[in-house]
Amino acid sequence: MYAFIARRLLSAAVTLFGVLTLIFVLVRIVPGDPAQVILGDQASAVAVADLRQRLGLDKPIIVQYGAFLATLARGDFGRSMVTGAPVLGEVAAVLPYTLELAAAALLIGSLIGIPLGIWAAFNRNRAVDYWVRVISLTGLSFPAFTSAILLLLIFAIQLQWFPVISGAGANFGDHIRNLTLPAFNLGIIMAAFIARVARSSMLDVLSQDYVRTAKAKGVPMRAILWRHSLPNALIPIVTVIGLYFGVQIGNSVLTEIVFNRPGLGKLIVGALNQRDYTLLQGMIVIYAFIVVIINLVTDLTYGLIDPRVKYS
Amino acid sequence: MPEISEPRPPISFAAKMKRVGHRFSAKPVTKASLAVFLLIVLCALAAPLLSPHDPLEQDIFASLGSPSTAHPLGTDYYGRDIFARLLHGARSSLLIGFAATLSAMILGTAIGLIAGYYGGWVDMIAMQVMDTLLAFPALILGLIVVAMLGPSVTNLMIAIALGALPAFARVARAPTMAAKEREYVQACRTLGYSDARIMGVHILPNIMTDVLVMGSLWLATAIRVEASLAFIGLGIKPPAPSWGGMIREGFETILDSTWLVLWPSLAILLVVFTLNLLGDSLRDVVDPKLRGEV
Repeated sequence: MYAFIARRLLSAAVTLFGVLTLIFVLVRIVPGDPAQVILGDQASAVAVADLRQRLGLDKPIIVQYGAFLATLARGDFGRSMVTGAPVLGEVAAVLPYTLELAAAALLIGSLIGIPLGIWAAFNRNRAVDYWVRVISLTGLSFPAFTSAILLLLIFAIQLQWFPVISGAGANFGDHIRNLTLPAFNLGIIMAAFIARVARSSMLDVLSQDYVRTAKAKGVPMRAILWRHSLPNALIPIVTVIGLYFGVQIGNSVLTEIVFNRPGLGKLIVGALNQRDYTLLQGMIVIYAFIVVIINLVTDLTYGLIDPRVKYS
Repeated sequence: MPEISEPRPPISFAAKMKRVGHRFSAKPVTKASLAVFLLIVLCALAAPLLSPHDPLEQDIFASLGSPSTAHPLGTDYYGRDIFARLLHGARSSLLIGFAATLSAMILGTAIGLIAGYYGGWVDMIAMQVMDTLLAFPALILGLIVVAMLGPSVTNLMIAIALGALPAFARVARAPTMAAKEREYVQACRTLGYSDARIMGVHILPNIMTDVLVMGSLWLATAIRVEASLAFIGLGIKPPAPSWGGMIREGFETILDSTWLVLWPSLAILLVVFTLNLLGDSLRDVVDPKLRGEV
């Protein structure tokens, strides 16, 4: 068990190292002089040279790489080129919004997706199954911004049930109202995905011999579902939700833009539009950190809920 | 000297494809989705012939016009014909999607084959690099690559292909590891065939169906990612039409003219849904174990 955790941690560390190296390389293959790009075409040669020195761009590439890793190791993600505020502070300010959105979406996605998938599996090749499959495939085909715009059009602009711009609410009720549409947008797409996985996972379990035995000895359907099949069917679902997290991050960026909601996604697109390269670089490092940690946690949870995994 | 016949896997590639093709054509859903997709590709190819207007032609007096006989789907803010822009937008979406998926498929399969076949440290390094790429969400990876290199068709293609690479490497690697222990591959080794020949001629055909299924599913994702990048503002340069870009422009005037957003949204939805349906039925056919399990 401990050996497994140690090995998994080591592999996560190597991946993180690879991620940082890739980011370092990507940032440096920008065509042209970064200092010139930052200051614009109108900048004087002196100003460019000064910035090159301040950013350490005049040093050998290997020294730059060492300095890049060393500052990150100290927890220093640099400062925004536009506002001058530390990147970590900018991220921390909006992180709660994104986390809240992700948690709400996960809740909605699981509450809709898992029962729907199981219902379809129990009614294999009947009308219910057919509709669940078509609807979930449709849900998966929506780019997150398209579905977000549709929700916005129908529920915020036409029916006016929810605000068009969803920032922080004045009180708890407003807060939930602001969260509802974005969370449903992410949650429905996630539910479509989870329903598919839940269905095939459940079908797999239902075809096992022990389920057939349970049916043969007259165990009621309810008990077969709750006691015999659901716990086993949930295992792949948890793993897949973990792996889905990367897609979820991309979707939340698009959702935040459409609903004009503060969060990591809006921050990174803002950095992009303002050509704030240090903020962009810092945020990409943070995103990669989050994904690596989620994958690690998923792997470890997998062992917790499935006692058969021997951590070998 | 007696002829030594070439060692063959239990079922030849041709026979497998024939079987797959037979089962594939038997399903009406598959036939329909394939037909719709081919129709879309055809429309994109024939865009200049089909569209009544130049997609870049501005007519400021016809700004935000409703659908009419002259402009079947209406006009955008600059008075450009939406139908023409939709047809021409299909070209860039499909081109970038196809090019990105194809290059990821070729490179990823090669990486998976080599990693699976040689194993050891080659495998370890290749898979570690793939894991590193996997640590970037597809959209974020596309965002950083396009932001750094600039939005052009080639850069968009690279950005999307990088995100798809690990999927193909993984899909190619696992069956390669299994195949290299099989008798027919060991027989090839005994006969002194080169590694490249064994991988290319003997193992590749056996993993090709898996790779193709992955390809059809990734084509849908690639088109979706391209549209998403364009929506963020990282698509091909305006005024050239792209679906994501059209939605981005339409979103600014959404209160006045809903159809500006609706038409390209429907187009993306149709293409991605058709491709997902196609990929799913392909997978059902190729992997009988999963049949009927969308």
